Amino acid sequence: MFQLGLQGASTGAIYSLVALGLVLGYKATEVLNFAHGDILMLSAFLGWWLIEGVGLPFWAVLPLVVLVIALFSYLLEARVMRVIVGQPQFAGVMLTIGIGFMIRGGVSMVFGPDSRTYDTPWTGQTTRFGGAVVADLNLVIVAAALAVTALLYVFMARTSLGVAIQAASQNQLAAYLSGVRVKRLNSLVWAISGAIAALCGLLLAPISLVDLSLWFVMLKAFSALVLGGFGSVPGAIVGGLLIGLIEQFSGVYLPDGFKDVMPYLVLIAVLVFFPKGLLGEAHGRRV
Amino acid sequence: MRYETDYRQGRRLLPTLPGRLAYLALAVVLLAAPLLLPTFYVGEVAFVFILCIASLGLMTLTGFTGQVSLGQSAFIGLGAYVHALLLTAGVPLPLSLVGAACVAALAGLAIGLPAIRVSGLHLSVVTLAFAIVTEHVIGRWKGVTGGHSGLAVPEPLLFGFSLGGPRAFYFLCLALLVAVLLGLLNLMRSSIGRSFVGVRDSEAAAQGLGIHVARTKVTAFVLSAGISGIAGALMAHQIQFITPESFGLALSLQLVLMVFIGGMGSLRGAILGALLIGLLPSLISLLKGALPSRIADQFGLELFVYGAVLTFFVLLEPTGLNGRWMRIRALARDFPFLRTASAKRAKAYMRSERA
Repeated sequence: MFQLGLQGASTGAIYSLVALGLVLGYKATEVLNFAHGDILMLSAFLGWWLIEGVGLPFWAVLPLVVLVIALFSYLLEARVMRVIVGQPQFAGVMLTIGIGFMIRGGVSMVFGPDSRTYDTPWTGQTTRFGGAVVADLNLVIVAAALAVTALLYVFMARTSLGVAIQAASQNQLAAYLSGVRVKRLNSLVWAISGAIAALCGLLLAPISLVDLSLWFVMLKAFSALVLGGFGSVPGAIVGGLLIGLIEQFSGVYLPDGFKDVMPYLVLIAVLVFFPKGLLGEAHGRRV
Repeated sequence: MRYETDYRQGRRLLPTLPGRLAYLALAVVLLAAPLLLPTFYVGEVAFVFILCIASLGLMTLTGFTGQVSLGQSAFIGLGAYVHALLLTAGVPLPLSLVGAACVAALAGLAIGLPAIRVSGLHLSVVTLAFAIVTEHVIGRWKGVTGGHSGLAVPEPLLFGFSLGGPRAFYFLCLALLVAVLLGLLNLMRSSIGRSFVGVRDSEAAAQGLGIHVARTKVTAFVLSAGISGIAGALMAHQIQFITPESFGLALSLQLVLMVFIGGMGSLRGAILGALLIGLLPSLISLLKGALPSRIADQFGLELFVYGAVLTFFVLLEPTGLNGRWMRIRALARDFPFLRTASAKRAKAYMRSERA
């Protein structure tokens, strides 16, 4: 039971982080980044290439990939996404889907479609908690999620840059008039969101596989986002953990096959019956 | 400038003589094509027709009513499976087609009724989840659908004649496409079609004018799902052996691509988009000869090209193929009097959803 809970929590932590990245970008630019999962996948492949191909140690690869992906996301927002500002929301969806396709296609062309894996310092090690045996990697993931959340909280609440980001995502015009560099901050938020995706990719890949289907994580993160309340940062984290637990326990207690669809059933049920989510604000129609 | 002297002139689908001649020529070409083309291409063109029907279905929902659905593949898959099962049970082809459309439309009702509570991004996420769930259910329900090992589709028979050959099947697809297209053309000029557009442009204004917004949205959902069901039934014949994977997320995304690339809110756009996306794989395989084999052999190339085409259209041609077509036609009409201003896109800023 405890072991199941911990496993669920560690998958949930990944979902939380992915959802967190999505929600940050959404709040800043009102674009739901459908390419987020592909960015995550790209960073997993980059990590594999640097570790297995170039032979760098994991601790050197981690910051390198995170930085490269952050830079990539920054440029993506600054050079591409900014062109469609002011167009209907649908345009943002289409553009990010297109970019996602290009990333997936590009990765598949460069690396080939077969799946692979790499070792981290924690691969194969386990820790005992009372009666439960837990893989260290799962613990590291939970710890990383906690650390990222805490760091982000401190950054958002305590630094002037973070407060400026919050201001810009609440009211762009007012923030702009008070001297906040809204455009640059939006790109910065995308960079942060990309960096989180890169971290997720690097930590998730050794658990599942370095594979093109890694982007599916994003769909589960959607459920987390919706469950927690669209556009709410704490909601994304809570929602992610809950989705991870629901998935894990439905795999054990419900008939075979429910594990795969449960996150989506939750998504549909929440949106239909309780569109606000757990911690979200009403998204009522404004006339 | 056109002058109308009769109400009937205003109601005609093709008001001008050149237009009528052009479409007559198109009809002749389409009717003669299967007799002249090699069999392989006849099959390809029939497939494009099926995609056209599916894309028309999505255009009704997304382009005209403004409801972005990323779950069209679920309706298409339902149509395909129902059709295959009905045919296997011995139901004649026309009835089975109607049955497929009805079941898909019922599914549209089932997802449309709750979905009117959500809008925008939420709706696209709900439909996305619905498509994933449907694919899993079809894969798991082995007793009826054969699961992942697939289901064989019986040959289409109409009044004792087999329509299974590529040429006969081509005409079946063409006939259904024309029927759907004409139906939608007329529907869009009727009060129902106008209320679709009204709901898309402003729900508040539509409500103020006495349009039942919720009912209109559900109607659009049902209609779109029904058309997708027909497309699914035809697609079942085209692939002959259906598995849940053929109706996955990729198909949904492909359809959204067609609708967007074609140009939102135009039936011609839906057809043009389906043409481009349907023929893209063939174009890519033609291109492969010119590329270094290391890149050309990879399956990612197709995905990459899809993405590149979509990105190109969003950034540089947001009105889609239809918009470009309209501009070329306007250019040809007023040829010597070119106005660059009329070709420029007016910069529009959407009201954001937040305060």
